[in-house]
Amino acid sequence: MSLNYIYPDNEVVRNYDKCICCRACERQCANEVHEYLEEADKMIADDAKCVNCHRCVSICPVRALKIVPTDHEFRKNTSWKKKDIYEVYKQAESGGVLLSSMGNPSEFPVYWDKILLNASQVTNPSIDPLREPMETKVFLGAKEESVKRGEDGRLITKTSPQLKLELPVMFSAMSYGSISYNAHESLARASQEAGTFYNTGEGGLHEDFYKYGGNTIVQVASGRFGVHREYLETAAAIEIKMGQGAKPGIGGHLPGKKVGPNVSRTRMIPEGTDAISPAPHHDIYSIEDLRQLVFSLKEATAYKKPVIVKIAAVHNVAAIVSGIARSGADIVAIDGFRGGTGAAPTRIRDNVGIPIEVALAQVDSRLRDEGIRDKISVVAAGSIRSSADVIKAVALGADAVYIGTSALLALGCHLCRTCNQGKCNWGIATQRMDLVKRLNPDIGYKRLVNLMTAWKHEIEEMMGGMGINSIEALRGNRLMLRGVGLTDVELRMLGIKHAGESA
Amino acid sequence: MKRVYVNENRCLGCHLCEYYCAFAATGQSDMSRALKGKKIRPRIHIEEVPNSDITFAVSCRHCVEPLCVKGCISGALTKTDGVISVDRDKCVSCYTCVLSCPYGCLVQSESGVVDKCQLCLQTAEGTPRCVDGCINAAIIYEER
Repeated sequence: MSLNYIYPDNEVVRNYDKCICCRACERQCANEVHEYLEEADKMIADDAKCVNCHRCVSICPVRALKIVPTDHEFRKNTSWKKKDIYEVYKQAESGGVLLSSMGNPSEFPVYWDKILLNASQVTNPSIDPLREPMETKVFLGAKEESVKRGEDGRLITKTSPQLKLELPVMFSAMSYGSISYNAHESLARASQEAGTFYNTGEGGLHEDFYKYGGNTIVQVASGRFGVHREYLETAAAIEIKMGQGAKPGIGGHLPGKKVGPNVSRTRMIPEGTDAISPAPHHDIYSIEDLRQLVFSLKEATAYKKPVIVKIAAVHNVAAIVSGIARSGADIVAIDGFRGGTGAAPTRIRDNVGIPIEVALAQVDSRLRDEGIRDKISVVAAGSIRSSADVIKAVALGADAVYIGTSALLALGCHLCRTCNQGKCNWGIATQRMDLVKRLNPDIGYKRLVNLMTAWKHEIEEMMGGMGINSIEALRGNRLMLRGVGLTDVELRMLGIKHAGESA
Repeated sequence: MKRVYVNENRCLGCHLCEYYCAFAATGQSDMSRALKGKKIRPRIHIEEVPNSDITFAVSCRHCVEPLCVKGCISGALTKTDGVISVDRDKCVSCYTCVLSCPYGCLVQSESGVVDKCQLCLQTAEGTPRCVDGCINAAIIYEER
């Protein structure tokens, strides 16, 4: 049928006075939007193919291109927005589940933006981080309630294994398969240089990256892809993935066309087969079952590595984390509903889960009320966009945060949200070799290190302003936070006061 | 001596280096005005290996023993401090150099005389424009 109900979302606007027909846009667009008309000596574009990734815009040497949202609209309707109508059209056409990539873009409140930080004035001195020592180092892992020393003063207490981070920021789980070899290399090298950790995701660890093992967290997910002895032993920590913020309650699906020779080898599955992660771990139906896996992994690695359990932020998150803390896990990672993904069913991504800000506050309070906060470190994930978000997360109770989208943005991602199509023009979310090449890890890792360096400076600056010289002293220090424009219930859930209320 | 090197693992075959090269030669400040509607004659060119993803930019290697200089019948091509340059007034357009260069790096300019990469020593500030303009750091200018 030739009748097409969908009008393209974006329009490619070319300034013909500037365009020199160098055809770089044509050569660099994997979606084949641009075309050179020889007879007219003119470039043209097919708006319908454009995903708004800005590759052409960024490389155009004469800045002749821009992509603008179309002003073609339906008749105004509060209930039926263009997006809703188009989704019905698409499903009526395809009969399939809608897929989306990256985080939930819908208009839910972003609590980070409704929280303000405190600063010292007169009665308590602020600290200048350029002149005085400032500690952003954190250790993740279970902390002992007390320590015993022998007669010689040495520690007798056997302490749990810890992860040492130079700043409370790690790169979150993104699998090899969902992102490219070069993206993984960039993350691995950046982690090493910045003194933090990256996470393999559930796709196994390419053997080229074993050398970065000291800065690698390996994931064991429901599909058990790429899990073997060496994989576990190489890593600094092991993460059991129970859930993901972008798609709580469901599994994953890497299409067979992305499973080339390298991905196949790394994931330990046949080439060209779909990699399907089941929704649940089929051996985990209770906290006791989880405890078994936690200890299986600890046993397998001689109790030398912390075990992380990652879950999506869902309604009962506080009780679930309380259980996880008792399961023997050293660290819990909570992924909020705005967290990213390579592909998720649209309805799940946009409608399931709860905001990380609220989940984090509830978890921290619950663990403290139960007297088990020290048993487990808490890592917050899902939509951490800046160092200010990091500071707010720490003050709400996080030991550290995971960043995924921010890291990808540093690598060149333009959030066009079409990762699932596998044609990432920036060489990130693709396995096509000609595209992967576009992400030069020498540049990529440097940009990630720059981002970490910049955030560290800003974190120190904000801490100094509050008169705090150690990030540990900020953790769970909610008196440093005030809400603006929040209801009583929201303030109660976040455990913070409204702006204007005194301590 | 610093030379222009190309990493074929990084080259994306976008051909932008060719345009930056042509732009550098114009000495103008606006690329659109300088190149719009013109056929470019860059001194760096992209080689594409057929039936593969391999592409790489090639420009004058500034050879230690330059065959082009040896073959030049008019003394237009000379080597000074390792850099091979062409004196356009002396060139008689015999194209012996074009035939003798193993890399195909000498090109015909609009006027017919020979043109070649002179590392932008006269035009750009410090770095050749193809190096500056490369979007994937595939072209590098360094001492090896």
